[in-house]
Amino acid sequence: MIDKLLPSAADALADIPDGATVAVGGFGGAGMPEDLIEALIAQGARELTLVSNNAGQGDTGLAALLKAGRVRRILCSYPRMTGSHVFEELYRAGRIELEIIPQGNLAERLRAAGCGIGAFFTPTAYGTPLAEGKETRVIDGRGYVLEYPIHVDYALINAEAGDRWGNLIYRKTARNFSPVMAMAARHTIASVGRVCELGELDPEQVVTPGIFVKRIVRRTPVGSATADQQQVG
Amino acid sequence: MDKQTRNAMAARVARDIPEGAYVNLGIGLPTLVANYLATDKDIFLHSENGVLGRWSAAPAGEEDWDMINAGKEPILLAPGAAFFHHADSFGMMRGGHLDICVLGAFQVSSRGDLANWHTGAPDAIPAVGGAMDLAIGAKRIFVMMEHLDKQGRSKLLETCSYPLTGLGCVSRVYTDLATLELTAEGVKVLELVGDTGAEYLQSVTAVPLDFSALGLAEPAPALPERPLSRSAAAAVNG
Repeated sequence: MIDKLLPSAADALADIPDGATVAVGGFGGAGMPEDLIEALIAQGARELTLVSNNAGQGDTGLAALLKAGRVRRILCSYPRMTGSHVFEELYRAGRIELEIIPQGNLAERLRAAGCGIGAFFTPTAYGTPLAEGKETRVIDGRGYVLEYPIHVDYALINAEAGDRWGNLIYRKTARNFSPVMAMAARHTIASVGRVCELGELDPEQVVTPGIFVKRIVRRTPVGSATADQQQVG
Repeated sequence: MDKQTRNAMAARVARDIPEGAYVNLGIGLPTLVANYLATDKDIFLHSENGVLGRWSAAPAGEEDWDMINAGKEPILLAPGAAFFHHADSFGMMRGGHLDICVLGAFQVSSRGDLANWHTGAPDAIPAVGGAMDLAIGAKRIFVMMEHLDKQGRSKLLETCSYPLTGLGCVSRVYTDLATLELTAEGVKVLELVGDTGAEYLQSVTAVPLDFSALGLAEPAPALPERPLSRSAAAAVNG
């Protein structure tokens, strides 16, 4: 029997090595897998390359991961926002590398990785500073820039519900990057709000089929994973 | 000299969005346009974080933080909406499915180049978001902006001095002083706001203005068809 449900986020993230490329779903706070990020901080992997649309706000979530000094490089579209002081301090101190990527290219480069596409030409950023040094081509009179896939080792995503085969559905705009990150990653770990029996999710409604998902965990309130660890030792 | 308020500009842009249009309203000033879209017309809003339909700002106490717009503000959906993931969302842009994008701008050139993501300040932390995708992501790109920057300089220029967001992408500019169409023949003034005079407008604008089309602005342009593929176009043209 295949059961992708693991007892805890700590179990699901245990094998993430130093130097891994980790994609984290979410757009602002919507779809941000806060419990998985907390478990990643507790797990201790270092020198990570982080792929996420934003670079954290306040002092929790992605900002806490950055603050703990675990991220060497970040690929994102919009790191500068209200409350992104942790990222800003690291960036100004030269302690984190930034690759700034137009949001649609971020999504499409992840999708390309998931679909085995070697590279693609996109009109986005043609003629702008973000296309400097990149191969370009004019096709049918329109300028395009060559972009390469972003291959991901681990994707940490949030879903509304999932079953033991890893089929997932999402909630409202919390879906955002999660389906393409799940496709791009060799190992996708989903934190689900509800664990369903097989067959409970309508096959017509499944957004991410289980083939793209390695492990699922029941979502726990942020703070509980750390508390468990402290109890253990 | 009369200047339109930000809300009046938004109302003016809204008048040019026809029924049936799929529209993305950029963050900031363009978001206001949603407040002025006719409620009796089916106009479809697209938000790049994965929702299509109609919505309004969520009232205090009814916020659902899984239900936000691209500005990360909580919204309340009207019936008929659809959710989708980010790659599909940006496919709607670069695939030519959106009719109109309304964007803010730091600068626009007379050739339609857009600068709206970076002021070029060397110590600024770069952040592009969806700006470059939006710039190439609709059949028509409308810019709404103040005519002059905070130092009183023209934001319409021969060449943008700030880093570009997109090349030759803007077709129409709505400012607090005028409505302008950027064409291959030059910058045509379609409307002047209030008692703004042609001479004054030219005196504060850094590019030559063509006033021959003044008063000819059609209030609601017909929706352009999605461009045919080359081969299909060739077949149609014989």
